Amino acid sequence: MAQAVADHLPEAPSGGTNYLNAERGIWSWLTTVDHKRIGMMYLTSTLIAFGLGGFFALALRLELLTPRKTYMSAQMYNQAFTLHGALMVFLFIIPSIPGALGNFLLPIMVGAKDVAFPKLNLLSLYLYWAGAICFLSSLVLGGVDTGWTFYTPYSSTTGGAVVLVTFGAFILGFSSILTGLNFIVTLHKLRAPGMTWFKMPLLLWAIYATAVVQILATPVLAITLLLLIFERIAHIGIFDPTLGGDPVLFQHFFWFYSHPAVYIMILPGMGIISDVLAVHAKRTIFGYKAIAFSSIAIALLGFLVWGHHMFVAGQSELASTIFSALTFLIAIPSGIKMFNWISTLWGGSISYRPPMLFVFSFLFQFAIGGLTGLFLGMLGVDLHLHDTYFVVAHFHYVMMGGTVTAFVAGLHHWWPKMTGRMYNEKLATVSAALIFIGFNTTFFTQFILGSRGMPRRYYNYLDQFQPLHAFSTVGSWFLGVGFTLTLYYLLASLKNGAKAPKNPWGGKSLEWQADSPPITENFAHTPHITDGPYDFMPGSKH
Amino acid sequence: MGAAAHDDHGHDIPATGDGTQFSVAHHFDTADQQFNSNKMGIWLFLVTEILFFGGLFCAFFIFRSWYYDSFVEAHHHLDRIMGGINTLVLIGSSLTMALAVRAAQQGKRQLVVLLLAITILCAFGFLAIKYLEYTHKFHDGLLPGKYFHATGFKSQHPGMFFAVYFMMTGIHGLHVVIGIGLITWILLRAQNGEFGPRYYAPVEGVGLYWHLVDLVWIYLFPLLYLVGG
Repeated sequence: MAQAVADHLPEAPSGGTNYLNAERGIWSWLTTVDHKRIGMMYLTSTLIAFGLGGFFALALRLELLTPRKTYMSAQMYNQAFTLHGALMVFLFIIPSIPGALGNFLLPIMVGAKDVAFPKLNLLSLYLYWAGAICFLSSLVLGGVDTGWTFYTPYSSTTGGAVVLVTFGAFILGFSSILTGLNFIVTLHKLRAPGMTWFKMPLLLWAIYATAVVQILATPVLAITLLLLIFERIAHIGIFDPTLGGDPVLFQHFFWFYSHPAVYIMILPGMGIISDVLAVHAKRTIFGYKAIAFSSIAIALLGFLVWGHHMFVAGQSELASTIFSALTFLIAIPSGIKMFNWISTLWGGSISYRPPMLFVFSFLFQFAIGGLTGLFLGMLGVDLHLHDTYFVVAHFHYVMMGGTVTAFVAGLHHWWPKMTGRMYNEKLATVSAALIFIGFNTTFFTQFILGSRGMPRRYYNYLDQFQPLHAFSTVGSWFLGVGFTLTLYYLLASLKNGAKAPKNPWGGKSLEWQADSPPITENFAHTPHITDGPYDFMPGSKH
Repeated sequence: MGAAAHDDHGHDIPATGDGTQFSVAHHFDTADQQFNSNKMGIWLFLVTEILFFGGLFCAFFIFRSWYYDSFVEAHHHLDRIMGGINTLVLIGSSLTMALAVRAAQQGKRQLVVLLLAITILCAFGFLAIKYLEYTHKFHDGLLPGKYFHATGFKSQHPGMFFAVYFMMTGIHGLHVVIGIGLITWILLRAQNGEFGPRYYAPVEGVGLYWHLVDLVWIYLFPLLYLVGG
């Protein structure tokens, strides 16, 4: 592709004009419709949310150092784990990859000048901010202690700012829908000449699959949360058993969104891995179509498994059996991805620069996270493991060991493109090691805790669990140091990092043909694409 | 839609067609591309709307099967005549909306404005009748959940029926209100002569939305008002 595109691309405009310095002042950012600037604002916002959520996580782990009260009250503990979960899920994991990396990269990768609806894109960011304000203001307006799942009847009867946080999640849902809608239309209608579906980088297939889920699942969450708000304010009786309502209906509604939503969280991460791994192994991705279609398969199957969250909630045995079988099916497309990634590494010329280190962490952690999902999908085993730390460990292995690690890999991979600066790779290597060690120390321990019967969300616990809890807490400190270090060298690179070349890693997809950082229009002329995004081998078609 | 404006550099190119002016946004290569993108965007938005209402319909079917007697008994308290009139009013407004899109395509400015005005009037008519129905229910104590205080019911859970009724018709009514705003917006733009054979996407988009609002009511009316034992 390099040669093919370069023919059409004159050198960068002189004077170093790019999207960052094309206009100046805070107002130019707040009113921008440039997808790259919106992406950068998403990046900043979601990283702040990650920092806050991480702060709560460290606070929780510290409290769990001892079996009884360490330093915070039980009520504060409940509010802290609720906010940790809600911030991480709604303000960080769901919007981070599509909002930040997706917004920045998607139009560039297909050779477009912007997403299909730039103003809608800005609106989506503003809705995100509005939702974030609702979440954060709950901190001073009574807090929320329902857990991030807002289960009824607890959420319809407990005190605190439940309505505010629920409304925040409702607004964030619309932000997510608008982003998904924008991406689908952009991918259908704005691909540059020659950019066929099978010439798109796999990140875009993953984002496409994600967008389908965002559009089809999020409205159901919206109506669920609206019903919850009305239930709480006006006691309409839909979920309240004393008025004839059904609390399990809430769980059905909630997981009809929230299970597909875990694929909103993991699919873009898988897309990042496909791209970063291929570039740093200098090898054509193995099984392109299989990876592309497995993303779609995961998105569609993801709609049929929500009942596995309710194996012990009074669901019929028949329903549970069907949901369990469907849950196992998801392992197939996930496995297809894993094996294709490993096959891509085979015979590749692998570099061990920071983005690739995070990819290795991902492969290790996601394998564990994915396989332990099968334990939980088994009806008999789930009876023992449900609502224990095993569940906590499983979803942290998938969400943090998977998605967050992939996000950090992508951030390191595209940071030079986004900011035009190289970061300190030595520090990045140290931080990758710290995060890997910290993560596995923190959460592998929790598999053991859970299988021994430690229930999740408990404030006090039996003395016999203390060594494992303490071990997990120490791991969280490594994580804290690792991420703080990452933040430090990324910020430092903005100030005194070396100027990034156009293509620091030798990637073949279109974004590496744009300047670092790109000009406002992305490309001086609409590119014409002839080659695939992974044509690394010498002698591959030109 | 012919290719009205084409520019590789992506600047706004005013194109004229039958006295109308429009511009292709900077990130589209052609007017066709812009038109198709807008249309796809609207359809996807309508998909989200259907799923949004889908949750409510789901709740309706679950509680109807659980509290069948209450639902049958309670639905007799809805006013079929008023509901029927409202159905006709909305279907009529959908017709004028569709004709307005056609008129916009033909560049008949006055006719577009007239048809859109009639559509808005119908929407207000719908809301007025809905208001009368609601005040009647309030007066009789036919209210959701714990506020239900009407007497003379034999079944146990009529409050559940009215919970579902007010949620569904209330959210639908909100969509009608938003529709009035949107139609007013394109009416003003039509008055400025912004639409013509080459550019009528906003009229069509709002039209599609309005048809969906109509369609939801066409399901709500029989389910809530007509289907009995």
